[in-house]
Amino acid sequence: MNKKHMDEIENQMKLANAGIPEKERDLFADARPVKVDPFNKYYEGFLNWARSRSLWMLAFGTGCGAIELRPLMTSRYDMSRYGIAPRPTPRQASVFIIGGYSSIKTIKRIVRSYEQMQGPKYVIALGSCTINGGMYYDSYNTINRLDYYIPVDVYIAGCMPRPEALIAGFNRLKEKIRAGECEGMNEYTEKFDWYKSNQKQIIKDWNMPDYNW
Amino acid sequence: MEQLIRKIKGMVSLKAYIKQRDDLHFITVKKEQLELILSHLKNNEGFTHLAFLQAVDFIEDGKFQLTYMLCNYETNVNLGVLVLIDRDKAEMNSIHSLWAHAWQYQRELFELYGIDFPGSPRVHESFVLEGWDEIPPMRRDFDTLEYSDQTFYQRPGRSTNDPAEYMKEKMYKNYAASPMIRRDNE
Repeated sequence: MNKKHMDEIENQMKLANAGIPEKERDLFADARPVKVDPFNKYYEGFLNWARSRSLWMLAFGTGCGAIELRPLMTSRYDMSRYGIAPRPTPRQASVFIIGGYSSIKTIKRIVRSYEQMQGPKYVIALGSCTINGGMYYDSYNTINRLDYYIPVDVYIAGCMPRPEALIAGFNRLKEKIRAGECEGMNEYTEKFDWYKSNQKQIIKDWNMPDYNW
Repeated sequence: MEQLIRKIKGMVSLKAYIKQRDDLHFITVKKEQLELILSHLKNNEGFTHLAFLQAVDFIEDGKFQLTYMLCNYETNVNLGVLVLIDRDKAEMNSIHSLWAHAWQYQRELFELYGIDFPGSPRVHESFVLEGWDEIPPMRRDFDTLEYSDQTFYQRPGRSTNDPAEYMKEKMYKNYAASPMIRRDNE
């Protein structure tokens, strides 16, 4: 295989970023996300143990379910007992809680925030609306299944689930992390084109990069 | 209030007047005379607050009904000024010069009902629906279930119950025999 051929393949692997104006395209990365392989068994096990004990949650209330996060954060349910802390920006967070229904306008921000989060990252889907649309299953503006747009690790059913249920969901997430089952980020990388086509089907004014590094 | 209605009748042609409560009244006026009556109510009668501006789709009559809900803080009276406009050529005069915040309502009405307000600031910018290319979704001829089925992915296994039947079956199976449930005829 000569160098020219290699370059061609590399160019095909690059993201088109067709949504942003041509003169601004140089300002954005056009590389695809890369799969991060786990380390050897014992070291990864130790890392997962550490990760499960310091979950930093993105404080982005994406629906009515975000109201359940307030009692969870404050003194009554006090999630800091479980080693969970809220963070204001996606760059510092590792858990993304989707609070219930998400409209098309919100799913655009959700995708953007999810992609900006640094790995390893986990998603908790809170409420029935994220599972099958809930009471908004026939709405023109809210999605029905969240797992077609971003990978989801734990679902918490209910409308609304109480903060206790949320704590149970966090504990389930911790178990999954320790067992090394939370590979949502790598799944997103592997099925990147499928996720992107689903997202672009509903987000019609795509004016951001194809992957928000 | 009767005095005010009499006064309004002298000023404009009043199509209808409904008194719903002592503090809630509705008047229907002509489309052309709306700005006249609104500015009179705001400047001279103390209806200084525009609480909301909303639309109702009367698809059978081919009309949109706009409701301008005004509030008088001195007397605590709400007055709804109703206007009927054509559904096919949905266009209305903008009132953002009377109440500055009306532009936001008008922008929302343009997006959700397709009612145009020429001259209103930013009225054609997208508000909630970004990149919407169907007919406006709050119009009654828009089938939201069909759109949802086509656009979003359904998870199989969804079922619904009639609440009354479900309660009867699950909770009150032995309704007649149960001494715990108080019955009205006893």
